[in-house]
Amino acid sequence: MDIGQLINSILNDPDQVFVLTKAFVVGKFPEGAQPLVSILLSILPILSVFPGLFALTTILERKGLGRIQNRMGPNRVGPFGILQPVADGIKALIKEDVVPRAADKVVHFLAPVVIVIPVIMSYAVLPVGRNMVAIDLDAGLLFFFAVGASTELAVFMAGWSSRNKYSLLGAMRAIGQMISYEIPLILSAITVVMAVGSLSTTSMVDAQAGYYGWLPNWYVFTPWGFAGFLLFLTAATAESNRSPFDIPEGESEIIAGYFVEYSGFKFALFFLGEYLGLFAVSGLAITLFLGGWHAPLPFLEWIPSWCWFFVKLMCFIVLFIWLRGTLPRLRQDQLMNFAWKFMLPLTLINIVVAGIWRFLEPGMLRWAVCAAILAAAYVLLARGLTAARGVAPREYRYAEN
Amino acid sequence: MLGEGILKGMVETARNFAGSYVSKDRLTTVEYPEERIAPKENARQFPFLVFDGNDPMAGLRCVACQICEKECPPKCIYIEKSKDKKPDFVGKMQFYPATFDIDVSVCMSCQICVEVCPFDAIKMDQEYELSNDDRFGGLLLNKTRLAKSNEYYGKMHPQEAGAIDESRLKTKEAAEAKVKADAEAKVKAAAEAKAKEAQPPTAPPNKGA
Repeated sequence: MDIGQLINSILNDPDQVFVLTKAFVVGKFPEGAQPLVSILLSILPILSVFPGLFALTTILERKGLGRIQNRMGPNRVGPFGILQPVADGIKALIKEDVVPRAADKVVHFLAPVVIVIPVIMSYAVLPVGRNMVAIDLDAGLLFFFAVGASTELAVFMAGWSSRNKYSLLGAMRAIGQMISYEIPLILSAITVVMAVGSLSTTSMVDAQAGYYGWLPNWYVFTPWGFAGFLLFLTAATAESNRSPFDIPEGESEIIAGYFVEYSGFKFALFFLGEYLGLFAVSGLAITLFLGGWHAPLPFLEWIPSWCWFFVKLMCFIVLFIWLRGTLPRLRQDQLMNFAWKFMLPLTLINIVVAGIWRFLEPGMLRWAVCAAILAAAYVLLARGLTAARGVAPREYRYAEN
Repeated sequence: MLGEGILKGMVETARNFAGSYVSKDRLTTVEYPEERIAPKENARQFPFLVFDGNDPMAGLRCVACQICEKECPPKCIYIEKSKDKKPDFVGKMQFYPATFDIDVSVCMSCQICVEVCPFDAIKMDQEYELSNDDRFGGLLLNKTRLAKSNEYYGKMHPQEAGAIDESRLKTKEAAEAKVKADAEAKVKAAAEAKAKEAQPPTAPPNKGA
């Protein structure tokens, strides 16, 4: 295959531009080196695109939060401040790297590395576009959760090795929160596994292909899928330590929690790990409930599949920034109550509902029954919990409205 | 409905987000080096010395009584009294500060020096752009840097400055009137004395009787 043929085939199918280019480049190497080159060419885009997206997100977040608080946000570096991430990066690189004297030096050094690596590994199973997945594992979802859960280790390494009470408090909060929310996260994803009958992420995307009239065949448009999506989203917010579940950081109480003793580029690595984790779990939500790289409407199918994945990912990022600008931080006991008393029962009920959906005849009845069960569970559970705690609407003695 | 509060909050933040692009009035901050918000009247930073007239050093109200130096809680004021004296605004001979230094890196802006000054000579400034690349010399203000005109003070606090000016004017007038009256009394006394000398005694002393 020469360049002309490559250009020809890309013009025939612009959707496959990256897949064809990769195959072309790999073909130029001797046969023995081809597997290695293929792996490297799969890793390279992941290592460049998503950290780039992280840089973009930091400036978007600062701008967005500023506007939400009626401020301008950063606007000094470059036009409209878009070069701010570059300035931040340079600042992080030239800052002094302070290691506390009492710290466990090796673990303290390893923690920021250990937090980034598993997060990047989890991108291996995310289908970014048609035929665009680094490795199509049969147990892709399992791999994703297994690797994602190991970031907890890094968080505790950071908190423990710093020999700082705030670090340790933050790490303990983070461990408690991550383990608690891991369960609803996985249980809400299990519904999709039940519907698809496979743990492979590509087969999940394939199962959501096609349209039901105008409506895309996504799981978010089924009762159990909608409930599962919201539960997954909430648990994902907590998993990635985003506001309103950012008590492990808690700037106002424990001054940044487990990375209080990190400065310079190590701090930037923690930030990178946190945001990459957010993107990864958003990408998984897209894969599970929002049809992966499929277009939302039939007449938009001509737009390349990878564009759709990133458009959906940007929507998630905007949503997370919006939530962060809106909601105050939860208290530790509220957080735990919410996970174990509200989200866990709801995800279990959702699994039952997904089973009912599977065995009922397709039609309006199935829709009505499933939606009614979930709505009743939601209302009764929330009302019951509020009543059990004896919580009445708060009365303000001094500030009225 | 449950979860309604979250949606309400998100609508509110979305309104702020969109509104900040549409109306400039919503923006609570200004672009600092280009724009500045005028300080509120009660804003205070560090003290300065008030002078009257055109010559800052000649017009300083301070008489080096050193009350502020003694009262200053963090001890950031250093005063050296002059050897000679010069007339103040009423013409009375007073000392003046040969040295008057305030270390603003130590000053805590408590305004006690202003409260204790009997001469209205030290007041609080609103100048806040004091960043400096010399953290020792640049933040130790001497009396040339501290001296600011009474007009400057009047612009910051029109009412207070007006009241002070009025009372000072009254004191000055009273002093002048007293000087005048004294002079007149002196002239009168002198004239009387002269008249007494010139006139021979009307009745000769009674000798013997």
